[in-house]
Amino acid sequence: MQTKRTIFPNKGLPYLLLAPQLVITFVFFLWPAGQAVKSSFEREDPFGFRTTFVWFENYQRLFREPSYINSLWTSLVFSVAVTAISMGVSLLLAVAVNRLLRSGRIYTTLLVWPYAVAPVVAGILWWFMFNPTIGILPYVLDALGINWNHRVNANHAMILIVLAASWKQISYNFLFFVAGLQSVPQSLTEAAAIDGAGPFKRFWTIVFPLLSPTTFFLLIVNINYAMFDTFGIIDASTSGGPAGATNTLVYKVYADGFLGLNIGSSSAQSVVLMAIVIALTAIQFRYVERRVQY
Amino acid sequence: MANIDISGVKKVYPGNVTAIHDLDLSIDDGELVVLVGPSGCGKSTLLRMIAGLETITEGTVAIGGDVVNRKEPAERDIAMVFQNYALYPHMSVRGNLEYGLKNRGTPRPEIDKRVTEAARILEIEPFLERKPRQLSGGQRQRVAMGRAIVRHPKAFLFDEPLSNLDAKLRGQMRIEIKRIQRSLKTTSVYVTHDQLEAMTLADRLVVMNAGRIEQVGKPVELYEKPASLFVAGFIGSPPMNIFETATLRELPGVSLPASLPQGADVIGVRPDSIVLDQPAGAAIALKGTVELIEPVGGESHVYVRLAGIEQIVILVVQGRATFGETDEVAFYLPEAALHPFDKTSGRRIE
Amino acid sequence: MVENRPFLTLLTHLVLIIGVVVIVFPVYLAFIASTRGGGDFMSGVVPLMPGPHMIENYSRMLTAGLSTYGAPPVWQMLSNSLIMALAVSIGKIAISITSAYAIVYFKFPFRFLAFWLIFITLMLPVEVRIIPTFAVVANLGMLNSYPGLIIPLIASATATFLFRQFFLTVPDELMEAARVDGAGPMKFFRDILLPLSRTNIAALFVILFIYGWVQYLWPLLVTTDTRYYTIVMGIKRLAQVADADPLWNLVMAAVMLAMLPPVLVVIFMQRLFVKGLVETEK
Repeated sequence: MQTKRTIFPNKGLPYLLLAPQLVITFVFFLWPAGQAVKSSFEREDPFGFRTTFVWFENYQRLFREPSYINSLWTSLVFSVAVTAISMGVSLLLAVAVNRLLRSGRIYTTLLVWPYAVAPVVAGILWWFMFNPTIGILPYVLDALGINWNHRVNANHAMILIVLAASWKQISYNFLFFVAGLQSVPQSLTEAAAIDGAGPFKRFWTIVFPLLSPTTFFLLIVNINYAMFDTFGIIDASTSGGPAGATNTLVYKVYADGFLGLNIGSSSAQSVVLMAIVIALTAIQFRYVERRVQY
Repeated sequence: MANIDISGVKKVYPGNVTAIHDLDLSIDDGELVVLVGPSGCGKSTLLRMIAGLETITEGTVAIGGDVVNRKEPAERDIAMVFQNYALYPHMSVRGNLEYGLKNRGTPRPEIDKRVTEAARILEIEPFLERKPRQLSGGQRQRVAMGRAIVRHPKAFLFDEPLSNLDAKLRGQMRIEIKRIQRSLKTTSVYVTHDQLEAMTLADRLVVMNAGRIEQVGKPVELYEKPASLFVAGFIGSPPMNIFETATLRELPGVSLPASLPQGADVIGVRPDSIVLDQPAGAAIALKGTVELIEPVGGESHVYVRLAGIEQIVILVVQGRATFGETDEVAFYLPEAALHPFDKTSGRRIE
Repeated sequence: MVENRPFLTLLTHLVLIIGVVVIVFPVYLAFIASTRGGGDFMSGVVPLMPGPHMIENYSRMLTAGLSTYGAPPVWQMLSNSLIMALAVSIGKIAISITSAYAIVYFKFPFRFLAFWLIFITLMLPVEVRIIPTFAVVANLGMLNSYPGLIIPLIASATATFLFRQFFLTVPDELMEAARVDGAGPMKFFRDILLPLSRTNIAALFVILFIYGWVQYLWPLLVTTDTRYYTIVMGIKRLAQVADADPLWNLVMAAVMLAMLPPVLVVIFMQRLFVKGLVETEK
């Protein structure tokens, strides 16, 4: 691993400089993660007196549990929908802003601020809009003959959290797409224009392929976001309901472990989640590192 | 001010790469010694060992009689000028000059005095309050010099300080450095890969190759009596012509002077000592076809392809050449201008 | 662009205007609600025009809150959020910059291991280790306290990587020149490296401030005492009751107040924000 050509000769100082970070990492990250792995192999008796080592029993049970399979499916649908919607919309907006010169900056400012809105707040805002009694959107939908109620209708609930989560993520994707578009050399599109390609053809044959490293990077980041950073949105709008229709993996860990106090199952769920994050991070670093050399 | 003694110094990098092999060099008080050689020859490593920026694997470096192997750069009382200047970008020129003095606890009036003095010597007074990025390359170079001067160190160490400047500015700064070094009489070690810079600056020149010293001496000595084929090829421009004696002997009508020492299987001749008219003493007479003439102002460089063998010889002709390209010319290598070398060892034969 | 096509330019503006409307609309609605009287939410649809009760609603929430529903005054939650966001961002920056300094400017046994340990934190978000982390904090007696809210969040791999990346671009000669000038490691860090990192620190601060402000799950776990509620989690408690009793005007006033600080940071420090966002993700 890279260092400077010359280095300071001190022996103890680097450890001192690293100590705060490492202590916190160990106490609040590694130790708890280790505990999660350990208790995912254990079962506690109902009174909490004894724990027994049960090998993979917790995992076996978990994957036999219909509600967990349902939660896996829910997470998948949710992640794919959020990623597709937020990336699609932000790409469109980024391309539009990139066509403009000065007014582009004003639009950018108007589009990026939702990044700073807390997921819970985003959840509340959309929940308010879709509130079946007083919300504006159910009112409009009613006129179209749709009886909106996310409290009882599973699909409605899913649509609600997908929209809220996508809304919040657009600003992030937008900024990265704009940065990606700006790094596409102007000379390339000019050359394509001379070759007789119209604006739409130029976009799909020249710009979009050159944008693929950014797109791929965002794909991973968005899946990660939908999986792990949307707890607040769900908690504020649907609380996993109705009947588990929006109970994503992260929400389920919280609900089972913290509210339901089922430690063994919750730990096994945590370990599965860790595996997912590790896989996503590995993919991200493996491919994203190469994204500079298109 | 002090002398620098380097004895038995060796540098081995991790992975057993030897950068410097058992090297000895003494630098006198007030002397300007230039280390020159191709890149990777170990000249910068040697300088950085004197500075304390590289550890010394074996041997000792002494500054002013003090062995400094274990001392931090700051404790060695040296100042260094870097190739990219290494000015602190967030400090003003004044801040850059003062930093080293402040760290040493120099009293304020003394700091001000020295900064004023250095600024005057280097003519950078108008820029003292500016940031480095507001200066031109030449001005930054002066500030880097100033940072060394204010310290009144035992020695100046220069690490290719002019490489980032354009040719014209490089010439000016070379003269400037020489002038300042002369007036301050501070022991200086100067590293460069530019042989012209080396020749013009040095009191003494050290030619290095592959971690070893090839030759040490006054620039003129090295030019007139290169101790090895490497030095012969490295010093002087255009470079020395090298002939294998065996090849020359086979050319029809060519005879070698009897005075040529035993075992001289290679001989070198400087382009400017080749003559077109038969000289009074013994000489090697050669013929060839002119391939190219480069007029460079007061003189012309002529590239001649030798008849019979495919070797190019470079001649320096004063003024304009009296012949044109593709012409046949005869020329002579005077006996006194021949540099005899042993082919296998590359050493000069006396 | 290469050629001038008025229709395409019109379409561009149209797309962007629709985009902005969609992005802004939920917040607009919340703002409208926060200016109305309580009676406007009894039935029917949410009003679309501002009402006259803005000052009344906001000042009531700021100073009194909804104590009958277990929500403290908003100013108190705001100040908790501010403390948390500031401490988290400053803490993250402080421990990351020193770690990166150690990793780049020194060679020592276990350097590689240290780097990997920090890297691993990327793969362990709070969400995947909720219960055991809660247990650790509980055992350390840090529930319902500022340290409990802050310290477990300040380890940061991304900030460490950002500083490492930046330090690697600082020319080696600068450190060598400083050493020749008599600066030791801490002096070099303070006099040279820290001032050079100013923009990076500022950009990172903007991102981390937002990160600290929007935290929800963690405060939800470690605080039960209303004195330590942050605004973001307090809002959730408020919203729960708002639906039963139609207090939407008051809840939305609190929502607006919760959004305002980080959103203002993004708008007014947009250049730093963009730099921080794009660079920490490299």
